[in-house]
Amino acid sequence: MDLGERLLNGDRRACARLISMLENNDLDAVNIIKRLYKHSGNAYVIGVTGAPGSGKSTLTDKLAKEFRKRGKKIGILAIDPTSPFTGGAILGDRIRMNDLTLDKNVFIRSMGTRGSLGGMSRATWGAVKVLDIFGMDYIFIETVGVGQSEVDIVKIADTVLMVMVPNLGDDIQAIKAGIMEIADVFAINKSDLEGADRTKLEIEMNLDLSEKKDYRPPVVKVSASKNQDIDKLVDKLIEHRTYLEETGKIVERRKKNIKLEIMKLAEEEFLKLVMNKAHEENMFDKLVNDVILKELDPYTAKDMIMNFIKG
Amino acid sequence: MDRPIRVLVAKPGLDGHDRGAKVIARALRDAGMEVIYTGLRQTPEQIVQAAIQEDVDVVAMSILSGAHNHLFPKVVNLLREEGVDDVLVIGGGVIPDDDIPKLKEAGIEEIFTPGTSTHDVVEYIKKNIKR
Repeated sequence: MDLGERLLNGDRRACARLISMLENNDLDAVNIIKRLYKHSGNAYVIGVTGAPGSGKSTLTDKLAKEFRKRGKKIGILAIDPTSPFTGGAILGDRIRMNDLTLDKNVFIRSMGTRGSLGGMSRATWGAVKVLDIFGMDYIFIETVGVGQSEVDIVKIADTVLMVMVPNLGDDIQAIKAGIMEIADVFAINKSDLEGADRTKLEIEMNLDLSEKKDYRPPVVKVSASKNQDIDKLVDKLIEHRTYLEETGKIVERRKKNIKLEIMKLAEEEFLKLVMNKAHEENMFDKLVNDVILKELDPYTAKDMIMNFIKG
Repeated sequence: MDRPIRVLVAKPGLDGHDRGAKVIARALRDAGMEVIYTGLRQTPEQIVQAAIQEDVDVVAMSILSGAHNHLFPKVVNLLREEGVDDVLVIGGGVIPDDDIPKLKEAGIEEIFTPGTSTHDVVEYIKKNIKR
């Protein structure tokens, strides 16, 4: 049996190996996904994002348990940063999820960002497909701890859950562009701490200013470590899913994301093609030198590469 | 293939001291490896399932409580039962010299005792991974 058939048969090692191969740009794995792609489409993808230390892992653990109670199979992709200097990484999200390790209906995989900057790794898109084909009902993607502009999660998730904590900043933070705009559901974690009501109020006031739409992101106070109100949060996540499905917006959203994915894949391949060609002729190093010596500028260097490619 | 080596660093058993495991995790990270750190008080079953899901090249365990003769071989046996034969299993911690031959016989391929330089651990892993 090849890895693809083993994946369809629920073989966890095959699932794990395929994700590794995709992380390592192994074409055999890509070919298997091509063959099995028609088996995907059952899974619903929830992105969990928020600042470092906001409790994303602990919350993901509790959310997964609540979904398990409701009979769902769960995949979790937990992303942590890769060192830009050594390529190494400490992937530590599993520490918060140890209770789930032995549940046969849960599959957890840690991934390093390996150079990607948007809060996820390049292989996350592929890993979602593997877990989907593997038969998971819900896939959680826990992003790296984000700052203000790592918004790639919205390009893959059906629902984005933004994890906030009390007292991280004043209300000006809430009206800035970027990360706050992509949330479909807000969770205020650690809401047993003082300031949770004010944080909720600030988010609500900011939402009041948004253009009136037929969906307004709910703001739910929870405490992941104390397991408080997790069921309420799960209800809100499912309400968002229902909203997308009933209005047909899920199709729109997925279409937009598939378009982005294809563009990104083509972009990578295209760039590789161009740079290989430029390197082949030693052109690239020469251009870099000329720019350093101020004999050229970066824009002209780019024009020269493009002219060279066009022939 | 140019890919990072993936290592599961785990603390089986009940002792609550993971300073050493963290130092090793950090050294492996700095050597360019992806370290999946699972934290304290892991059962052998949890370690094996995590190793499978994470598709690691190495399982590195640390024990200070004295339970190594029981827990280390158990992890090796569970891996074998799951059909995993391409993972390097190593151990570290406070382990008497007399116990080391038995542990190696049981399939723990190397034992690192206090005083080992992290450099030696990194080199050992690089030389001995199985795929």
